[in-house]
Amino acid sequence: MSVATGAVDRHRARRPVQAVRDSLVVAQRNLIRMKRIPEVVVFAVIQPVMFVILFSYVFGGAIPVPGEKGAGGPLVYRNYLMAGIFAQTVTFATAGAGAGIADDMHKGLIDRFRSLPMARGAVLTGRTIADLVQTALTVMVLAVVAVLVGWRIHDGVPRMFAAFGLLLFLGYAFSWVGALIGLTVRTPEAATSGGLIWLFPLTFVSNAFVPTSGMPPFLRAVADWNPFSATVQACRQLYGNPQGIVSHAWPMRHPVWASLMWSVVIILVFRGLAVRKYRTATA
Amino acid sequence: MPGAIHAEGLVKTFGDVRALDGVDLDVAEGTVLGLLGPNGAGKTTAVRVLTTLLRPDAGRAVVAGLDVVRQPDEVRRSIGLSGQFAAVDEYLTGRENLRMVGRLYQLRGRQAKARAGELLERFHLADAADRPARTYSGGMRRRLDLAAALVVSPPVMFMDEPTTGLDPRNRQQMWEVIEELVAAGTTLLLTTQYLEEADRLAHDICVIDHGRVIARGSSDELKARTGGERVEVVVHDRAMTGTAAEVMTGFMAGGASGGGATVEQHTRRITVPVSGGAKLLAEVIRELDARGIEIDDIGLRRPTLDDVFLWLTGHAAQDAGAAEDAGAARDAGPAAEERDGR
Repeated sequence: MSVATGAVDRHRARRPVQAVRDSLVVAQRNLIRMKRIPEVVVFAVIQPVMFVILFSYVFGGAIPVPGEKGAGGPLVYRNYLMAGIFAQTVTFATAGAGAGIADDMHKGLIDRFRSLPMARGAVLTGRTIADLVQTALTVMVLAVVAVLVGWRIHDGVPRMFAAFGLLLFLGYAFSWVGALIGLTVRTPEAATSGGLIWLFPLTFVSNAFVPTSGMPPFLRAVADWNPFSATVQACRQLYGNPQGIVSHAWPMRHPVWASLMWSVVIILVFRGLAVRKYRTATA
Repeated sequence: MPGAIHAEGLVKTFGDVRALDGVDLDVAEGTVLGLLGPNGAGKTTAVRVLTTLLRPDAGRAVVAGLDVVRQPDEVRRSIGLSGQFAAVDEYLTGRENLRMVGRLYQLRGRQAKARAGELLERFHLADAADRPARTYSGGMRRRLDLAAALVVSPPVMFMDEPTTGLDPRNRQQMWEVIEELVAAGTTLLLTTQYLEEADRLAHDICVIDHGRVIARGSSDELKARTGGERVEVVVHDRAMTGTAAEVMTGFMAGGASGGGATVEQHTRRITVPVSGGAKLLAEVIRELDARGIEIDDIGLRRPTLDDVFLWLTGHAAQDAGAAEDAGAARDAGPAAEERDGR
């Protein structure tokens, strides 16, 4: 019983410290899982690589980037495209977070965690941190492939890192959306499809793959204010990549700020909802 | 003085279903309460409420002196939960699972590591400690799950169907482990569908159905309520069943419930409720012998918990009319009382 008493005494330590510690314990658990199920990581990498190749070589020649010299050649489009693919990649991590949490719920692990005297948000925070690590790995591999197909940065390494920082921050924010989906749908299969479906309109009604200047006005407004577009535009600026004709909407004129703001808002809203849901979640 | 687990009037509804409909429970420190009931009776819901996983809609529950609604964190520090489905991470090794749980119980890294080692030894998992749990057999997973619930030696344990799906040998092992725990002073609430399990492990038994407690008491008390002992005789010659029944009715216990002698012609079996035990059995044999009635088999039959369970839940499961009839025949059993009380 002395072990239990020790635990109680130590609990009087500050709560935020406990929250960080618990989150890291859970993150470690999820990272060990990734190591033991490498297929998941491999597929997570293959998918965006496939997109890079498809868009570069299949669509690349056919999509002009207005505003660039002579609307650019395939190489201009590839450089335009890459920020979009990066952003799409980080948001697709959402599905992973959702499926993982739904799976834990399904297997009764969430019940176990909820019966333990651990910090409330730690199970979800730990999961989102582990997903962030995976996303970072994926983006690294993807960047190498991008360079191979002709992508270049023109404004220096610090700005490139700033861009990757914004991307990962957006990905982290989206993994909280995934967490909420995972807690809501209860089965891993539903979480995977539920985590992906809404990402398609989100990533396509944006400036990620085609310039928004060709869209009907309504759709263009949606695309300009899409959180996803802000990050894509910010990355294009920071990489010094072609941007096409940029709209006058506020997020497009201040994309870095818009990207940061969107990510913060998404985290605040969805973290709040997900943690609340977690506290009453049952398999 | 309230026990280690004390609940009053717990109500929990899911949509139209009243999973718990006013459940009272009391488990004295260091004892085992067996919570029995058919599937969907509300056993798991009760465990979830008591372990802070679900908030009750009404009523109150105190575990280890702590209110489950108002002090959930404190309650979690004093309990261990071992669920119906072994809740271990199948991609983590046994050791990693236990270390993780230890750290989430707020043990220091080194403490958690040492404790994991101890538990793996104790639960005969040392050889498999560094293999992912998905390679474990069902019994091993169950033991790992129980070990995880015991990381901080909590004073109060909840086990939701700990042996469901285990083979007899693993079940036996699990029982031994549970008995050790209780011998060391742990208070345990155990849900089960195996009456044999409740009979062996539980000091007190609580039968619930449709979210209500329909009977409680020790195993012996419940058996006595079901109708006490009976003498069963199988006569050799079918023609003699009438005479034999007449003889046996003479031995019938005055206050015993269950009506008169029951005669099954085709099996030549006569059953009468009695009180008086083995001594009476000898008298019955002598009397039958004196009348020249040859018997093939005779026995004193005591009700099993299965009889109790079927009797109690049978009432509740049947429609109201049938339940009333049965209730009248049985001298108003507890299920009938419960029904009147509604």
